[in-house]
Amino acid sequence: MIIAEKKPIEEIIDEVKDFNRILILGCNECVTVCEAGGKKEVEVLSSALRMYFITKGDEKVIDEKTLERQCDHEYLEELRGNIDDYDAIVSLACGVGVQFAAEKYLTTPLFPGVNTVCLGANEDRGLWTERCQACGSCILARTGGICPVSRCAKRVMNGPCGGSTNGKCEISKDVDCAWQLIVDRLNALNKMGDYEKVAPIKDWSTDRAGGPRTVTREDVKI
Amino acid sequence: MKIPANFRIVRVPCTGKVDIIHVLRAFEKGADGVYVVGCMEGDCHYNEGNFRARKRIEQAAMILDKVGVGGERVKMFNLSSGEGPLFAQYSIEMNNKIIELGPSPIRVAKQNKKNAA
Repeated sequence: MIIAEKKPIEEIIDEVKDFNRILILGCNECVTVCEAGGKKEVEVLSSALRMYFITKGDEKVIDEKTLERQCDHEYLEELRGNIDDYDAIVSLACGVGVQFAAEKYLTTPLFPGVNTVCLGANEDRGLWTERCQACGSCILARTGGICPVSRCAKRVMNGPCGGSTNGKCEISKDVDCAWQLIVDRLNALNKMGDYEKVAPIKDWSTDRAGGPRTVTREDVKI
Repeated sequence: MKIPANFRIVRVPCTGKVDIIHVLRAFEKGADGVYVVGCMEGDCHYNEGNFRARKRIEQAAMILDKVGVGGERVKMFNLSSGEGPLFAQYSIEMNNKIIELGPSPIRVAKQNKKNAA
């Protein structure tokens, strides 16, 4: 899922302080699971903002709404009817949702309430870690299901490099060496023969280097 | 030992049920302070309920600090169900603390608005 982190309240206060009618807009998908922008976080942020402005003697209308998704037309359309009731929207969706909402409602200022961090997994309670960089051409079949693009600091395709010590990366003793993990997994799978095969040069044109990416599916288009 | 009569007890099945928004809403509605009383740490019937509550109270305190209400107005206590006198002692302690801090800025702001109207 997409991992996001809550923005500091003071940053959001600073963005919205000049508006009087504000909608705090949550998203029911990834940001709900990573506890950054779901219904609960919408309630907490709205309450915090209301309290802040009341104590400043500047009471504002702060409404709450959480959409099923902010990255789909049909759910964002739910706002169409009362979008004019608001001077500004704070979206707690990932960067995708914020942009999609901004594209749809051109004249309503829209502010992000979270920092979108990465594509990751919920490794432990309160711990989310990166697993994918959406490079556009997956090589996990060859690397024992462990991604050197997202988990190796150098994105080495034939690793490990000389900076790998006792299974850790030279950038930090807390970061696993992705290639150590790959070797361990290939060993467990009894597929060390794969490790000996030299990987061809990776086609990075499907990564961000090739500019913004799109997926077009003629088979599902109507 | 007598307990102060100026607070309302909200019963929950476990302090693990208490969420940040419950605490914030109490302040939004004009409460001067909120304290959560859970079981002793390590004695939770659901293992982690009171630890979850403690974390949420810490978060609520941080938010209250940032919005100018004051994080010291919210606190978590732990005791076992047989410790009535300790509950009274914690209640008195919290009551004294809130009296020392005075009314919540939310309540003051609401009162000022009402007077101005």
